[in-house]
Amino acid sequence: MTGKDEAELSRLLRAAIAGDERAYADFLHRIAALVRGFVRRKIVQGGVDPEDIVQETLLAIHVKRHTWRPNAPVLPWVYAIARFKLIDAFRRRGRRIEVEIDEIAETFAEPETETVSERDINRALDGLPPAQRSVVSSISVDGQSIGETAAKLGISETAVRVSLHRGLAAIAKRFGRTAT
Amino acid sequence: MRTEDLIKALDADARDKAMPLGKAWWLAVGVAVVIAGAVFFATIGPRPDIMSAMHTMRFMSKFVFTLVLAASAFALIRALSVPGASTGRAMAWMIAAPLLVVLAVVLELFVVPEADWGKRLIGSNMMICMSFIPLIGIGPLAIFLGMLRYGAPTRPVLAGAVAGLLAGGLAATFYAAHCFDDSPLFVATWYTIAIAFLTLLGALGGRFFVRW
Repeated sequence: MTGKDEAELSRLLRAAIAGDERAYADFLHRIAALVRGFVRRKIVQGGVDPEDIVQETLLAIHVKRHTWRPNAPVLPWVYAIARFKLIDAFRRRGRRIEVEIDEIAETFAEPETETVSERDINRALDGLPPAQRSVVSSISVDGQSIGETAAKLGISETAVRVSLHRGLAAIAKRFGRTAT
Repeated sequence: MRTEDLIKALDADARDKAMPLGKAWWLAVGVAVVIAGAVFFATIGPRPDIMSAMHTMRFMSKFVFTLVLAASAFALIRALSVPGASTGRAMAWMIAAPLLVVLAVVLELFVVPEADWGKRLIGSNMMICMSFIPLIGIGPLAIFLGMLRYGAPTRPVLAGAVAGLLAGGLAATFYAAHCFDDSPLFVATWYTIAIAFLTLLGALGGRFFVRW
């Protein structure tokens, strides 16, 4: 990991928090790849699906992005969250693992691979109130914009944004609780 | 849902309107002080001779202990509520308040004749001390645990315990203005027990309440 990456990620996250969606997409794609590499290296035997941890970490990063201090490095913050979520996932399954923070530096970015297994996030999504669920799945699974979703559901764009925000917060809270 | 799809949803919710954590901590401490002060003045209040007491070393030393504890716990809890933040320096500062108390106890043992040690230690109102420090501190503790939920502590039990120390330091600062027992022997014993109770409560709160 170079200082240049770090500076670039800081810049992207700062822009994202200010409302730049393109910067946020760029940030999240890079972070997802790094966290995936980290998590896959840590999970050597089955029981925990690495991609579940990647998704849980992304959601935690999203709902806790106000805890990042804009002048602090991003990667230690990201990896601390990923590590916490990984340990938490093992604990929920009644296992203990030790995650060495020093090994983080050797992490390589990895692309997502398609799996057939049921994701934890789907269970959390299914638990949402219908209004939030339809908004979140319209924007994520169906890939529609805020405007398209508003038109399709016959509600205002503001209402879509509110439902999306609350729905994501609720998923982050439920994530993993419904598993095991 | 694929991770790609999740990113689309997060993306559409990019702008963050939540208050930055550092600022929120200052606000929380402000509210906690107001609540602790309200409980203190509505119940026991300051001792009547506080103006003359303020000229004595023993009385003023109590505030040094409690404020140093509160300040060091505040610095540590802020660091503990941010993932990946370094906590080493703040952790080291936690030794300051206990060290000052130990120093004061040693001085007291030199100054006070041995026959009076027991009397100084028992004091006159240890039960009030042990009930009112937790009573004044419980509201602040609830606020600090709520703040830990708002933050993202990767060591929730430790962070909860530090929330208890912070609430304890704050409550003891108010209580010290009421208490007539100014001897470090009394403070080192009963204040410590009362603050330890809040610390235990905070650790339990961290274990069962602080999830994210």
